[in-house]
Amino acid sequence: MTFPLQDLLTILPELIVIGTACLILALDPILEATKKDVLAWLTLGALAMCIGLTSSQMTGRVSAFSGMVVIDAYAAFWKLLLYIVTGLTVLLSLAYLKAERLSIGEYYGFILLALAGMMVMVSGADLLTIYLGTELMSLSLYVMAGLKRTEARSLEASAKYFVLGAFSSGVLLYGISLLFGLAGSTGLSAIAAAITAHGTGDPLLSLALVLLAVGFGFKMAVVPFHMWTPDVYQGAPTSVTAFMAVASKAASFGAFLRVFVEGLGAASADWSVLFTVVCLATLALGNLVAIVQTNIKRMLAYSSIAHAGYALIGVVVAGGHSGEGASTGFASVLLYIAIYSFMTLGAFALVGMLRKEGQESDQIEDYAGLAKREPLAAFFMLVFLVSLAGIPPTAGFIGKFYIFMAAVNGGMTWLAIVAVIFAAISAFYYLRIVMVMYMREAEGSIATHSRLETSPALSLVLACALAGVVLLGLFPNGLWSLASQAAPLLK
Amino acid sequence: MGSEAAPLNYIPILIFIVIAFAFGAVQILLGRIVRPSRPYRAKLAPYESGSPLFSDARVQFPIRYYIIAMLFVIFDIEIVFMFPWAVAFKKLGLVGLVEMVVFIAILIVGFWYAWKKGALEWD
Repeated sequence: MTFPLQDLLTILPELIVIGTACLILALDPILEATKKDVLAWLTLGALAMCIGLTSSQMTGRVSAFSGMVVIDAYAAFWKLLLYIVTGLTVLLSLAYLKAERLSIGEYYGFILLALAGMMVMVSGADLLTIYLGTELMSLSLYVMAGLKRTEARSLEASAKYFVLGAFSSGVLLYGISLLFGLAGSTGLSAIAAAITAHGTGDPLLSLALVLLAVGFGFKMAVVPFHMWTPDVYQGAPTSVTAFMAVASKAASFGAFLRVFVEGLGAASADWSVLFTVVCLATLALGNLVAIVQTNIKRMLAYSSIAHAGYALIGVVVAGGHSGEGASTGFASVLLYIAIYSFMTLGAFALVGMLRKEGQESDQIEDYAGLAKREPLAAFFMLVFLVSLAGIPPTAGFIGKFYIFMAAVNGGMTWLAIVAVIFAAISAFYYLRIVMVMYMREAEGSIATHSRLETSPALSLVLACALAGVVLLGLFPNGLWSLASQAAPLLK
Repeated sequence: MGSEAAPLNYIPILIFIVIAFAFGAVQILLGRIVRPSRPYRAKLAPYESGSPLFSDARVQFPIRYYIIAMLFVIFDIEIVFMFPWAVAFKKLGLVGLVEMVVFIAILIVGFWYAWKKGALEWD
């Protein structure tokens, strides 16, 4: 079996990413410990090339490798988002790894391998290709979660993530095998054709739907498959946590939407009911449990669960409609995840770099009096938290606005109202940190207080995240038109 | 969806499963009915005719074994992949050769990495 050579051209970005990852693994052992930064710049160079290549793939729909991979505006949207997020993570890691005195060159190799997996996930048009992508992403993330080898919590995070991730992969594969039994193919279009031809009454189809939903639910961290999230996010090195919370969630949503729309679109009446329940549970649990957290990484973990719930509203709305309504629903999901990425990454960047005595200060109490010690850092945190809470004029408001508008226009006003209530609840725990930073006086000696460890790389990350949050809040039209361009390609 | 006859092909497997379970169950039940029951201490030990237990079997051993085992699996898989390739070499032609070179190049990157990191040194 051979394939035409131009197929290789269509996956050139993936090849560049994987090639650079191999190069990094080969260079890492022969580089001196002080020169490992070169690897980060190499990573950024590869990402810049990929941004250029993928930008030229925004139009049309190209199928490659006998329909296993598809390159379209939808895949390009996610890939561009993933490049930006990965680039910011690499910059953050430059600062973070130095502060933690971790000199790990292969770190950047793993980031690129995870990125390659995510890219395969969002442009896979075959369940097995998508599965392969999720595995590549997850295996790299398992290793990265345990990179602080001397810390028990990091190892626990890695082991827990591995066991639960492997389990969810198994469930996903089970669902894929059932769909293969039904359709005789793992290709998304063949599955769609088989479902249209035979109807949706088959109980086996419902079982496959549920299993796929469980598998993707684990990766997206939605309730009730969220159990691993707080522990893993807390234990993993913070730069890795930021990467997991943003990039892996974006890629999982990308693959999830493609599978459920392109492959199982005919059964959307069934799965939109399923996801309504999941969405409500996610909103309720994510927002309510976040209130009682005292560790800011755990709080942000529950917040990321809650945000997946908001994004699911768009999925549910789109699932209940066809044509215009569906594509607005999906576009609002793309927009929401893109905006979520910027604010979450910014918040995690600050959490990782606010330190006391060489230790990360991840307790909410450590933020007491921060506005006096580090006014600029406190202001950045304020903007990110306000955006996460969804208060105008930040991007977080725009994201929620489009989601809620899609819900209201789609005749699901009740869902929008429930979500608004939970958004109001979420303001409580986000603004509590603002209150701690601005209103509360720090206790004890000043030496034990957390301060921001600044570096040029970190400044760049924070500036980009802040620019994203503010500019997308003021001028959302550009991103919205990109998202709506990408969404209709999913019928 | 799927052909209706497909499950018929799996009936021998079903029969096999039933026989396998029945075989085990009948053995145990038969033993219980036939044998006399006179338990005493030595007879109830996990290894009735072996040496008595002196420690837990779950002991720690050096992680090096694990690394060696992993490297072994990698190169084992390489060989498993190369055998069918060698048999079909002429049919696959240049494309097959290039693909194999890419495959081995990726493995060599891993091997180089492991070597340089000292995974092959015993001490």
